[in-house]
Amino acid sequence: MAEEMRIVLRNMGKIDPLNIDDYINAGGYKALEKARQMGQEALIADVRNSGLRGRGGAGFNCGMKWGFSYNVQADQKYVVCNADEGEPGTYKDRTIMENDPQSVLEGMAICGYAIGSNKGYIYCRGEYPYVVDILNKAIAQAKEKGVLGDFDIEVRMGAGAYVCGEESALIESIEGNRGEPRFKPPFPPVIGLWQKPTIVNNVETFANIPVIVEKGGDWYKAIGAEKYPGTKIVTLTGDVNNRTVFEVPTDTTIRQVIYDFGGGIKDGKNFKAVQIGGTSGGFIPESMLDTPIDFDSMSAIGATLGSGAVFVMDETRDIVNVVARIAGFFEHESCGKCSPCREGTKRIHEMMEKLDAGQGSSADLSLLERLGKVMSKACLCGLGQAAPSPVLTTLQNFNGEYQAKLN
Amino acid sequence: MADYKEIINQYKDLPGGIIEAYHALQKEYSFIPEDSIAYAAQVFDLPLAKAYGVATFYSYLKVGERGKNVIRICESAPCHVAGAQDVVNALEKELGIKMGESTADGKFALEFCECVGQCQVTPVITVNSKPYGDVTPEKIPGILGEYK
Ligand SMILES: Cc1cc2nc3c(=O)[nH]c(=O)nc-3n(C[C@H](O)[C@H](O)[C@H](O)COP(=O)(O)O)c2cc1C
Ligand code: SF4
Ligand code: FES
Repeated sequence: MAEEMRIVLRNMGKIDPLNIDDYINAGGYKALEKARQMGQEALIADVRNSGLRGRGGAGFNCGMKWGFSYNVQADQKYVVCNADEGEPGTYKDRTIMENDPQSVLEGMAICGYAIGSNKGYIYCRGEYPYVVDILNKAIAQAKEKGVLGDFDIEVRMGAGAYVCGEESALIESIEGNRGEPRFKPPFPPVIGLWQKPTIVNNVETFANIPVIVEKGGDWYKAIGAEKYPGTKIVTLTGDVNNRTVFEVPTDTTIRQVIYDFGGGIKDGKNFKAVQIGGTSGGFIPESMLDTPIDFDSMSAIGATLGSGAVFVMDETRDIVNVVARIAGFFEHESCGKCSPCREGTKRIHEMMEKLDAGQGSSADLSLLERLGKVMSKACLCGLGQAAPSPVLTTLQNFNGEYQAKLN
Repeated sequence: MADYKEIINQYKDLPGGIIEAYHALQKEYSFIPEDSIAYAAQVFDLPLAKAYGVATFYSYLKVGERGKNVIRICESAPCHVAGAQDVVNALEKELGIKMGESTADGKFALEFCECVGQCQVTPVITVNSKPYGDVTPEKIPGILGEYK
């Protein structure tokens, strides 16, 4: 039986999240002190050495990213915490912020020290006004205690646009614009918010930082999978007995997640499919369940770890119908800036609805596949690039479901 | 009810603050009054088209009137398979309106939304952003009763 390992959620259920003294008594803000004694370069080197990779989905080495901003000379730099959490099936960042907001603030302050920034923003999705309240209270307490030094943190609210989770769209949104992704390069660590060097990291990434600084990069990189070390918070949804959130080492397998932690399939039914990484993730069949959840193992089977959302479907679920609904999501969330995505998501949705209604032909299936492949290469941002993934992976792994619904 | 100009003015020195101003308007009125956009454009020194473009980009923001209590039903895949459609049917029946409409007395607005991050208790609806989980048609009258 696989076991939970709480690094990010180390204080969950143990402290009062709205009492900073609890956090401090549990060892909080010691890491920030230690970071300041280490010096910027040694700090960044140790975070890089830990192997911590971004938990927002792209899996980029965190310390390396910080290094880009550190190396740029600028009169102002920014630290941005991505708390947009729009990926359907994901509620891990909310869990972190509700249970231990100070750990996120401390992680941001450590980043601020590392790159030479005195201003942080938390971009929290508009659907979480109750989390915004928690964050504002936590920030007020941290300021009153003086633990953040001269590092200031401000909360900004998103407004229901999934694409604003993409870092350059998020930056546009903080600037008060429509949340449309920017052309890259330049990347945000060099030219970001208000044209200044900006580090955007996910909530879970920041919450890892204090522990890594405290215990050292060598300690961290010995946990979990070699190339994607540490833990991952996973949120289970769908047809499992326990729809719940937990934190596991990254070498845990999908099967362990579903059966050991999820308690298996609900109502004694059989497993059909699991979609991991949120709604843009691939659909995985039974035969691949022994794959570890780490970033690279998932990529190797044509899937993604993404946000860590795990959406389980039992034998009674209609895959074509679920993918049609997902296609509707992408049509709705496409920002419209580039045509492969604006037009492509619309056409995919159209064809999926047709197939779902039993009116599709095998010609539609090959069109879908071609369109999907073009989009995954031609779209400007990750939204459009990943949008065809549920279609392409189900065409591959669950083709029978499509065949059964053809006209 | 507070004047929309006063609300917007509170954000005029906040860089990029137009979205925060829109949130504040919506908190007060449950929507963004059409006229307030021209004023926001003036305060934030933006072309009207841009102020309008921002307000209409975000699905959480609604330009123009709608019911006071905004009911949103998550239709993302996990809620979809957990029976969101039954909840939609029950809400439409109970309120006598269709999705996207508001009740004649101005009390309720009914909308679809995507995942609101409460997927441990699918299907989920929110009323004025407060989440309700494991919603069944039987639970609808009780939930609506809190707002009547
Ligand atoms: C469409 C889209 C949505 C995204 N949504 C999120 C999100 O909700 N939260 C997040 O942290 N990253 C999200 N990302 C990834 C960010 O662009 C970025 O890689 C991440 O915030 C970097 O932080 P990390 O390195 O700590 O993961 C999204 C990317 C795309 C393309
Ligand atoms: S891929 Fe889609 S969401 Fe991304 S920029 Fe293009 S239209 Fe916008
Ligand atoms: S999928 Fe409906 S709340 Fe997340």
